[in-house]
Amino acid sequence: MNLVLCLLSTSQYLTADRIRTIVAGYADAPSDEAFFRMFERDKAELRDLGVPLEIGRNSAFDTMDGYRIARREYELPDIDLEPDEAAAVALAARLWDSPDLAGAARGALVKLRAAGIDVHDEDAAVQPRVRAAGPAFAALLAAVRAGRAVTFGYRRHPGDPVQPRTLEPWGVVSWKGRWYVAGHDRGRGAPRCFRLSRLVGTVRPIGPPAAVRRPDGVDLLDMVGRSPHHDDNTPSGTARLWLAAGRAQGLRRRARAVGRLSVDGVDGDLVEIDLHWPETAARWIAGHGPDAVVVEPEWLREMVLGRLAAAAGEPARVGVAR
Amino acid sequence: MSSAVSGRLPRLLALVPYLLARPGVRIDEAAADFGVSEGQLRRDLELLWMCGLPGYGPGDLIDLSFDSDTVTVTFDAGMSRPLRLAAAEATALVVALRALVDTPGAVDTDAVRRALAKIEAAAGLAGQAPMVVGLATREEAATATVREALDRRRALRLRYYTASRDAISDRIVDPMRLLLLEGRSYLEAWCRLAEAVRLFRLDRIEEATLLDHASRPPAHARPTDVSAGLFRPAPDQQVAVLVLGQDAAWVAEYYPVDEVVELGDGTSRVRMRYADEAWMVRLLLGLGAEVTVLEPAPLAAALRRRASAALRRAEHLASG
Repeated sequence: MNLVLCLLSTSQYLTADRIRTIVAGYADAPSDEAFFRMFERDKAELRDLGVPLEIGRNSAFDTMDGYRIARREYELPDIDLEPDEAAAVALAARLWDSPDLAGAARGALVKLRAAGIDVHDEDAAVQPRVRAAGPAFAALLAAVRAGRAVTFGYRRHPGDPVQPRTLEPWGVVSWKGRWYVAGHDRGRGAPRCFRLSRLVGTVRPIGPPAAVRRPDGVDLLDMVGRSPHHDDNTPSGTARLWLAAGRAQGLRRRARAVGRLSVDGVDGDLVEIDLHWPETAARWIAGHGPDAVVVEPEWLREMVLGRLAAAAGEPARVGVAR
Repeated sequence: MSSAVSGRLPRLLALVPYLLARPGVRIDEAAADFGVSEGQLRRDLELLWMCGLPGYGPGDLIDLSFDSDTVTVTFDAGMSRPLRLAAAEATALVVALRALVDTPGAVDTDAVRRALAKIEAAAGLAGQAPMVVGLATREEAATATVREALDRRRALRLRYYTASRDAISDRIVDPMRLLLLEGRSYLEAWCRLAEAVRLFRLDRIEEATLLDHASRPPAHARPTDVSAGLFRPAPDQQVAVLVLGQDAAWVAEYYPVDEVVELGDGTSRVRMRYADEAWMVRLLLGLGAEVTVLEPAPLAAALRRRASAALRRAEHLASG
């Protein structure tokens, strides 16, 4: 604390010897070695905190480097938040459900409060949450910050062999609660994303720092999943289904009733639903078993019957359209 | 000058400007703002009092004036502003604010945008961050009503689709909070029907009606701990042993599985917990050939029965 106060107050560079003489605490050091150990440790702590320690000489006649802290670089610039903006900042700081990120956000709040802003950290009515990302996260984030390439093992599916990958990482991305790293895959020579939960073993930085730069115009969220079709709600077609009366509520929520029909003595409704994803629709409809039957289109009918035949342990009675 | 107490130096550096901005602040209030005990903050103040500029005479030391509950800085020894945000702090805050911009309906995104611009400017971090978060929550039909109920502390009538039972029911709830988690919005509320705290997915609320009376969750209603995910083991759950094909590998990531054993040919054997057999049968029917049930036998039998019944009905429809 005294070192910071001293170096902030001086415009001259102060040599280590001078600091030892004038800053309280260092005079007690029993030997040169003990002093330099203390001084190095303190400098390292200040650098860790982001204190901009400048090293230089006051004139060409100085024989030793000295230290000072540039006030302009040290001080948080003026910032003023309206109450609703401060509430937004408090909400943002509570987003993280992982110790590292939550700690960093709290550190930021402490500094904003020290700048005179009232940020109330109480339980809000709305609580966004992003959970921790697992062991690879810190190493990948550090590599992105440093602009270094990384190597790691990756497995697309649980049963697959582990493949070594070399990536120039552009960013660590959380999308719908899942974590990814996106970048340029050197082995494939193309942009790729990797689920962090599928990384195997240790992430190792390789190559020099500042060698990797994200190209302009790359949108990391688009890379991991916010592709246009995710937001595109245009249906690719319509299906006609029969639903048993009062059953298959999940399907009924998305369906339009178009008529009534009895099948095998069971009352039911004819409905129409919009189709977005064929595989998802087939899975969903098959899940309702005898309560939901596809009338048309034929390809969807075959997809559903193929699933049901497999589940029944019977040979498929129709060709399974793919 | 190095701190024995971890994290003490950053707190001391922030404490002087903090006190300077708030003459006569209550010590308990300051302790709460720094997230430490009142005793720790008093020890910090005592230490500050002994810090200052070289010379360390009466005019060089940080000077504080106390009364029993409050404190004021009378000399700051030149430390009038907090330290800049460190890279990790700026990233944590800016990335979170950018994520909140994309939560329409749930959050005042206009205030978020204004705050973001100011924080970016102060942090000198206007460009690319090493990290991006997409919360990807949509504005659902019920979002506005749920927000209003929370803001006005009013009870809600919900018409709600329960996926596990594939049923729609009406219930009255006392809203507690709106959770945005893993791409979805959930209303956490005391459910008067279940007499328990429940999470309601906003996209499964068929209809939400604001009621005239106040939201009064009972005192023992506790928020759900979601730090380990939304699925929690419950004592009455059953366990199925399944073999998943490659196209069904997502099941092991989406639902709570205790154990994944790779079988080498792209398939994997998992132990999966489930509460409701009808729900489990729906999931398995939908997976078709991509899943095989090893245990329990009654589940495998129920699956075959239901699939056979579905095939017969489809034949009737086609022939009728």
